[in-house]
Amino acid sequence: MTTVTLTVNGQSVTQAIDPRTLLVQLLRENLRLTGTHVGCDTSQCGACVVHVNGVSVKSCTMLAAQCEGASVTTIEGIAQGGQLHPMQEAFREHHGLQCGYCTPGMIMSAIDIVNRKGTALDEETVRHELEGNICRCTGYHNIVKAVIAGAEAMAGGMRQAAE
Amino acid sequence: MAADLQGDGLTRAEGSGRPPHPVDRGAVPRGGDGPVHVHRAYPHDSAHLHVQGAASYLDDLLEPEGTLHLAVGMSPAARGRIAAMDLAPVRAAPGVVRVVTAGDIPGRNDISPALGDETLLADTHVAFHGQAMFLVAATTRDAARRAARLGRIEIEAQEPSVTVEDAERRDERVLPDYAFGRGDVATALKAAPRMLEGRLRIGGQEHFYLEGQAALAIPGEDGAILVHSSTQHPTEVQHVVARILNVPDALVTCEVRRMGGAFGGKESQATQWAALAALAARVTGRPCKLRLDRDDDFALTGKRHDFRVDYRLGFDADGRVSAYDVDFLACCGHSADLSQGVVDRTMFHADNAYFLPAARVASRRLKTNTVSNTAFRGFGGPQGMLAIEKAMDDVARLTGRDPLDVRLANLYAPGRDETPFGMKVEETDTLRAIMEGLERSSGYRERRAQVDAFNAGGGWLRRGLALTPVKFGISFTLTHLNQAGALVHVYTDGSVQLNHGGTEMGQGLYRKVAQVVAEEFGIGLERVRITATTTDKVPNTSPTAASAGSDLNGMAAKVAASTIRARMAGIAAALWGVDEEAVRFRDGMVAAGAESMTFADLARACHQQRVHLSATGFYRTPNITWDRASATGRPFFYFAYGAACAEVLVDTLTGENRVTRVDILHDVGASLNPAIDIGQIEGGFVQGMGWLTTEELVYAPDGRLLTHAPATYKIPVSSDVPADFRVELFPNSARQDTIYRSKAVGEPPVMLANSVFCAIADALASLDPGRPVPLDAPATPEAILNAALALGGGR
Repeated sequence: MTTVTLTVNGQSVTQAIDPRTLLVQLLRENLRLTGTHVGCDTSQCGACVVHVNGVSVKSCTMLAAQCEGASVTTIEGIAQGGQLHPMQEAFREHHGLQCGYCTPGMIMSAIDIVNRKGTALDEETVRHELEGNICRCTGYHNIVKAVIAGAEAMAGGMRQAAE
Repeated sequence: MAADLQGDGLTRAEGSGRPPHPVDRGAVPRGGDGPVHVHRAYPHDSAHLHVQGAASYLDDLLEPEGTLHLAVGMSPAARGRIAAMDLAPVRAAPGVVRVVTAGDIPGRNDISPALGDETLLADTHVAFHGQAMFLVAATTRDAARRAARLGRIEIEAQEPSVTVEDAERRDERVLPDYAFGRGDVATALKAAPRMLEGRLRIGGQEHFYLEGQAALAIPGEDGAILVHSSTQHPTEVQHVVARILNVPDALVTCEVRRMGGAFGGKESQATQWAALAALAARVTGRPCKLRLDRDDDFALTGKRHDFRVDYRLGFDADGRVSAYDVDFLACCGHSADLSQGVVDRTMFHADNAYFLPAARVASRRLKTNTVSNTAFRGFGGPQGMLAIEKAMDDVARLTGRDPLDVRLANLYAPGRDETPFGMKVEETDTLRAIMEGLERSSGYRERRAQVDAFNAGGGWLRRGLALTPVKFGISFTLTHLNQAGALVHVYTDGSVQLNHGGTEMGQGLYRKVAQVVAEEFGIGLERVRITATTTDKVPNTSPTAASAGSDLNGMAAKVAASTIRARMAGIAAALWGVDEEAVRFRDGMVAAGAESMTFADLARACHQQRVHLSATGFYRTPNITWDRASATGRPFFYFAYGAACAEVLVDTLTGENRVTRVDILHDVGASLNPAIDIGQIEGGFVQGMGWLTTEELVYAPDGRLLTHAPATYKIPVSSDVPADFRVELFPNSARQDTIYRSKAVGEPPVMLANSVFCAIADALASLDPGRPVPLDAPATPEAILNAALALGGGR
């Protein structure tokens, strides 16, 4: 066993874990943050995407022990004060989901795209950047629309924050 | 303000006065006494939860104290007798609590839907590579999975049957051959001015529901058991668990709130994992959970059937077909599973949208040593339809006509409107209007000229264009399955609980049925609480399948709600001294003339008058019959129609290809929820496109599945989908008395993707005009390159 201390959704967490525990296991099993899903078990479907120190990571391919001192954000941590994050609201509003299983990973990836590429996204960029997230239900069309709309809404939020 | 039972902000959206979503295309204008909640683009019932990661799937449920985790011990050979099974090393592994084998089954070792030909755990023989042989229960999932690899298993292995040809050589089938048809086909073929023969191989498809198979069984008192299962068919789970445990059905409850996708892959195939969890729970006395690892899920669960189709077609110089003689050879895997219905549906869709004056439609259900192939969105229909689309293309090549003109010449029309199984096609006008409407809106003719001109340039890049129809029969062809039940409660605060036999797998069924109930009571959608599907609320249900979920459960829920509404109207009428017919339910109020009160006040008044505020509803689809033995009757309540026009770009030197534009016009009748329906169309199309282009299942000669993860099995991603993707609903209203005149939407859009396959063939045809294109499905780059080489291109 080893001990790992990290920040998850703004709260400090210390857990004694088997060294081979995956980050997704720590989140789901130890912390009961079950919004991060396991789809393919092998780092391809993207259902398990979270942010580690602000960067998107497939949490089924990272050891929890590697997150010592890191700040981890999951889908449960992005709504603020009872208000959905603009990207969450966009997925709901634009029907960017059906069974919903890929949705948390999609949203975490989408926010990461905005962080890296800015809020003015074109379709081609979004389609290319989302290649690591599989959705089997929607055909992606509404997901792409949602990401673009969510990015625009994030721009609005940033402008407001700056004012 | 009334409490928001769904917490999804719908109350606020209503209050803001704006439409719920820009995708309100196809919605019916509102105002006056028209419907409020149906024909409207509400978000998915759990959308607000999904975006927060707050919607629980099976693996997210809080595990009861002492839950054990399960893993399956799998067969190392595809066919043979079990000579020895030494499980001592498994038992000795760390964390292992119990190893379960076929000998531990108190009841019958049989998980088959009907025929008794499929074991829960192999006992004497194995019939496919990976087959479940034993089960490990351990304190952690990791411990169980590690231990499951330690079994020492000896199989007296035989050469497995993997292909159609293997099974034919052995002459092994899972079910008897079956055929139907019309007229003397042999004579008609001889009399035809021209005749062609063709062969098409069609690959299978892995469902790849994002949430893999999973079950959690919790033992209760006095022999009872509760099984949470990610299943489309809770009643079948209940029956099979009862059969395995040798207890009455009444002791078993199966519950499912939602699935993370299913697509047919959890219709019969969810049962085994639920039954294994239940068996382990019985043997250990502890809650037991089984979640298949994704690679094991690929290896252990059935897929879309792969086929070889052999056909002969008689036609004239205009490309009009006079006779079609087709043999569908289906690889069913090691057991029958649902192959009777699946391959029957292939046969029912052998005509797709075309009139065949003489037809012989024959099928063989071959036994192969592979997973038992099963339901997959379209349920055999796609394979039947792809074959005749290929044949239509062949005719076009041989006559030199535009494939669209050949299709239009053969389309069902008045007087040419009877299917080979004797059912009349009642909406030939809809079919033609969709085809001609899409021909115009897609600019087919102009683009055809552009594509031909581009290809005449002769480079190795070729463009292809195809416009193909869909006609899909709605109803279970096993007639007795066309029934549904619902249970509705009104509480004294005016809030409502809704339950029905349908399951939610992302398709939006729960939302649509809730819209129907809100409409009936004239209350806001936020007042209707949707509850998990469970066999102890609505019994003896059919699977949520055959696209019929909303048709069946929507009607059953409407019946239940209207029963309660009539009782409530009676109380209001007595109170106000008016006729019951004068009482209106709308906007959360109940009113007659100048009198009115809230729905909640009336509910309270009803309770005080000792009026029952709970009711069941039951629905059976009318006007359907099918006698399989004589091949007569009307198996479908109605047909759903659609058409798609796809354009592709193909590199004939590498086989690489892109879908550059797709136009779809699809008939969902009067849509219950246009946003959900358009989502079904887009998603179904892309799933079908994957089946026909990138998704290839490869078996090794020893029967092992080589493509057992998304690393080797290519599912469409966002960049594979054409950016230019135009989907419209065909303005229509169902002619049959369906729920608010809507039509089913789940499966038909898959077959819109036949247009992609035909467009790729169209691009290749330009290499050697006048010859049929020898392209098999899926049209992977490899298959495309092989076809290009055969046509003298590719170099």
